[in-house]
Amino acid sequence: MATIQVDIVSAEGEIHSGEATMVFVPAKMGEIGIAPRHAPLLTALNPGEVRVLDTEGKEHFFYITGGMLEVQPHLVTVLADTALRGEQLDEAAALAAQLEAEQALEGASEETDIARAQQELAEARARYRAAQKLKGGR
Amino acid sequence: MAGAKEIRNKIRSVKNMQKITSAMEKVAASKIRKAQIQMQASRPYAQRIRRVIGHLSHANPDANHPYMREREIKRVGFIVISTDRGLCGGLNVNLFKTVIGEIAKWQDEKVDVDLALIGAKAVQFFRRLGGNVVGTATHLGDKPQINDLIGSIKIMLDAYSEGKIDRLFLMHNEFISALSQKAVVETLLPVSMISETDEELQEHWDYIYEPDARELLEDFLMRYIESQVYRGAVENFACEMAAKMVAMKSATDNAGEIIDRLQLKYNKARQAAITQEISEIVGGAAAVTG
Repeated sequence: MATIQVDIVSAEGEIHSGEATMVFVPAKMGEIGIAPRHAPLLTALNPGEVRVLDTEGKEHFFYITGGMLEVQPHLVTVLADTALRGEQLDEAAALAAQLEAEQALEGASEETDIARAQQELAEARARYRAAQKLKGGR
Repeated sequence: MAGAKEIRNKIRSVKNMQKITSAMEKVAASKIRKAQIQMQASRPYAQRIRRVIGHLSHANPDANHPYMREREIKRVGFIVISTDRGLCGGLNVNLFKTVIGEIAKWQDEKVDVDLALIGAKAVQFFRRLGGNVVGTATHLGDKPQINDLIGSIKIMLDAYSEGKIDRLFLMHNEFISALSQKAVVETLLPVSMISETDEELQEHWDYIYEPDARELLEDFLMRYIESQVYRGAVENFACEMAAKMVAMKSATDNAGEIIDRLQLKYNKARQAAITQEISEIVGGAAAVTG
């Protein structure tokens, strides 16, 4: 059977590495399934779960907070983020660092609060679903 | 005799100090191991992301990003990673010396320097020294997290994109061994590209991009740089613990020496008191019998 090498890494460590027959990832445009010999693909990932179907037919779940995906015909690389991301959140982080530098920390604006809350909600939802799956699988 | 009691008190207080320094030494020694494991754990990500960027620049030579282009230097940015706490020997001082040297070098060429500081010690130092500080991040703790670093990095990346700085450097301590650390300067931007061409990728091909090649490249480069800074922070933490272990070990040894010296003094004082007492008794007895 054709297999594909799957590497899931985050900046803080390697999460998974092994052969698989199928991988599902939460891509920016919607969940996609990757079979061996998939066309080369690059995309950003949403918070959600990565499912890896290994050669023995066992399913592995990994929860990620977003990241990047590279697909080569025989290689899938998931670069998982370890932090909540998003344009406005990054912006807020930059602002916070700057304010800290000026020794004048003020409260975050309403807009970034909403962005943060939305991102956290998406994350919490994905985490919940992953937890449900894990419970069901046991 | 009064002297003996004072010396005894002194010995006791030095002993207490010795206990503290030796405990700190042991804590640092155990943390070095953890920090080294963290350092190794951050390696696969950096390797993979380099590989992807290599693939990307190979597959799509048009996807040329400002982060990858050299340009004339009018202003530069430094990201300086120091420790949060002291008691780690000359670690921070050596790093700051290197940083000041670099700043002076650029200023000779009429190039100004922006600073992003990571670690409370760097913030303290440059507050006293002055310098154009644009961002700081402090109190990273035992396990530095990218989350805490994003802000300072983004300020620098934005400044680079807007053309405010034309080059970005990272300065931190390199972990050579538990006994040896060295201040290093690395260039973060522009990204010098790694053109490792895999044999199998020679023929023309391209990715499917979702949503957009340029945007994705930017995301990859940003994460690449963040992972570099993260690795620097983790490495610097390992250095801090190593330097702390050595500093605390020598403090413990010095305390031991002081205790030995005080003990000798104490014994002498005690002996002198005894001798004096005996001579007084003998003198008294001689007076009675005589």
